[in-house]
Amino acid sequence: MIVTINGERRELPSSATVASVVELLDVAPAARGVAVALNGEVVTRSRWSQTELPDGARIEVVAAIQGG
Amino acid sequence: MSESWRIADRELGSRLILGTGGFASHDLLTRALRASATELCTVALRRLDPAARGSILDVLEAAGVQVLPNTAGCFTARDAIVTARLAREAFATDWIKLEVIGDDRTLLPDAVELVAAAEALVDDGFVVLPYTTDDPVLARRLEDVGCAAVMPLGSPIGSGMGIRNPYNISIIIERAGVPVILDAGVGTASDAALAMELGCDGVLCASAISRAHDPAAMARAIRLAVESGRLARGAGRIPRRHYAEASTPQDGLPVFGVPGVAE
Repeated sequence: MIVTINGERRELPSSATVASVVELLDVAPAARGVAVALNGEVVTRSRWSQTELPDGARIEVVAAIQGG
Repeated sequence: MSESWRIADRELGSRLILGTGGFASHDLLTRALRASATELCTVALRRLDPAARGSILDVLEAAGVQVLPNTAGCFTARDAIVTARLAREAFATDWIKLEVIGDDRTLLPDAVELVAAAEALVDDGFVVLPYTTDDPVLARRLEDVGCAAVMPLGSPIGSGMGIRNPYNISIIIERAGVPVILDAGVGTASDAALAMELGCDGVLCASAISRAHDPAAMARAIRLAVESGRLARGAGRIPRRHYAEASTPQDGLPVFGVPGVAE
């Protein structure tokens, strides 16, 4: 299936979860300051591995930067 | 260190909040953190960069400061709300510095979206610190929907134009039941001192420090200015008057006459 990860279209197996996306981006599972939104809703870290991606999902993976 | 103060349920010693944007390196930020003696720092969220090295969070933790996430870059209440929720997840805090921008040239707040976002986030359990204009009515509206502080601008973000309307800032302070923190516009130490002399509870400063030629020196200067301004506010300034008022008494002034001329 095709999903959009941080604005980039990617092909993922239909069993892909939020956790697989995070792994794809080379983020350690315990990395601090990282959060994920799936179709505009936050997915808490404890649900990353059990949250499957719907086809066409839009995933935003964000991290802390300097700002403000 | 001046006496402590509170935002919501949190007690703080320093009245200077440091924005971490614009520092050229983590090392410069670390030195500015130390020189500023701040206890609270803003951070932002952006799309994860897999090539990024070293987290800002490690820098802030090593410095022993608390994190205040912001919603910088959001133009709608909807985006700001999602960003705040992401920040709560990423930083394990329900504090949010709420920014909803209405125009990318001035970076001025969008009042309508700002109030809508503030209300929704308060309802969702956030401690909301909104970046707002210097409009006393808008500040009141933000307080009314439950914001824990109001953060009026002195002038546009990064402009270094200081406090363009000190009268409005004074009116906001007179009427506020929550802390007033001057946010945006500080260009140098005297601007921060003026904010505190007007009666602000604190000052948030980013560019003035991070983009100064010597950020650590400016951090120290602004820290001292915040303390000076606070002291001066408490000490009570003299009234302004149009004519002089002699500080030396007139009584007892000797009369010399003119040499060679008898009285």
